[in-house]
Amino acid sequence: MPHDDHDHPHSLLPSEPALRVKALESVLVAKGLVDPAAMAAILETYETRVGPHLGARVVARAWADLNFRALLFENANAAMAELGITGRQGEHVVAVENTPGTHNMVVCTLCSCYPWPLLGIPPAWYKSDAYRARAVREPRKVLAEFGVTLPEAQKVRVWDSTAEVRYLVVPMRPEGTDGMDEAALAALVTRDSMIGTGLPLAP
Amino acid sequence: MTPERPFAEPWQAELFALTVALSDAGEFTWPDWAAAFGATLKRHGAARELDGGADYWAAWLETLEVLLDLAGTAPADEAHEMRHRWEAAYLSTPHGKPVRLGG
Repeated sequence: MPHDDHDHPHSLLPSEPALRVKALESVLVAKGLVDPAAMAAILETYETRVGPHLGARVVARAWADLNFRALLFENANAAMAELGITGRQGEHVVAVENTPGTHNMVVCTLCSCYPWPLLGIPPAWYKSDAYRARAVREPRKVLAEFGVTLPEAQKVRVWDSTAEVRYLVVPMRPEGTDGMDEAALAALVTRDSMIGTGLPLAP
Repeated sequence: MTPERPFAEPWQAELFALTVALSDAGEFTWPDWAAAFGATLKRHGAARELDGGADYWAAWLETLEVLLDLAGTAPADEAHEMRHRWEAAYLSTPHGKPVRLGG
């Protein structure tokens, strides 16, 4: 709808939840319990800096460097630290390896636990009741809805995240990527392939 | 790949940042937050299926309000009064002027 100043002589009233958030923030800031500068820094981090491009760097390095790969599966946080990736909700990450025999998939049945430093803020579908309830019960059906059909022989293993442990799926390196450098490999690693609801792009 | 915007509306981003800042400041641990939030989602989800969008953030907001009310850091009556002060400030500020809380 076009905006018309004559209809709105005063400022547009924010939505009900927006007003409630503002109210909480004002109460807490007035008491010195929250620092607006800290909030601004958090916003900047999660709106612009953190995202699946970071997880993709980890996967690409694991594809390209066998020593890094070994470290990633032994101690994911140590491997992430080598790439300078640390942060909240990533204090204890476990990397799980897709193989011809096993496909891994991650869910949080409790709420929406997710490896923020590697993947950013989860997409809406990850937080939906439908995904949270069905990923464990009928993973193959869910995968089919994401357009992923796995060979019958490949079993599906579903990992339920918690507030303490977050998972990163390391997909199999696509065919035809020999000789590609890490940056080119990282471009093939989609967010969904690191949750296990997708596969990496073909080169 | 076009990156998806992590928050559909600014208040969701502010709510997220507020919650993380409170946890960083030691007001509650993240596992405690996750347990409380999970319980709210479960309660809401029993009534109807949640799509993970606006309803997810509504559950988040409710969880934080209850936690802070129980902790006494933002009691419900204080938060409610502050919400009305903000509403009044918006309604009394001419369009285009910055909205500030009145005394």
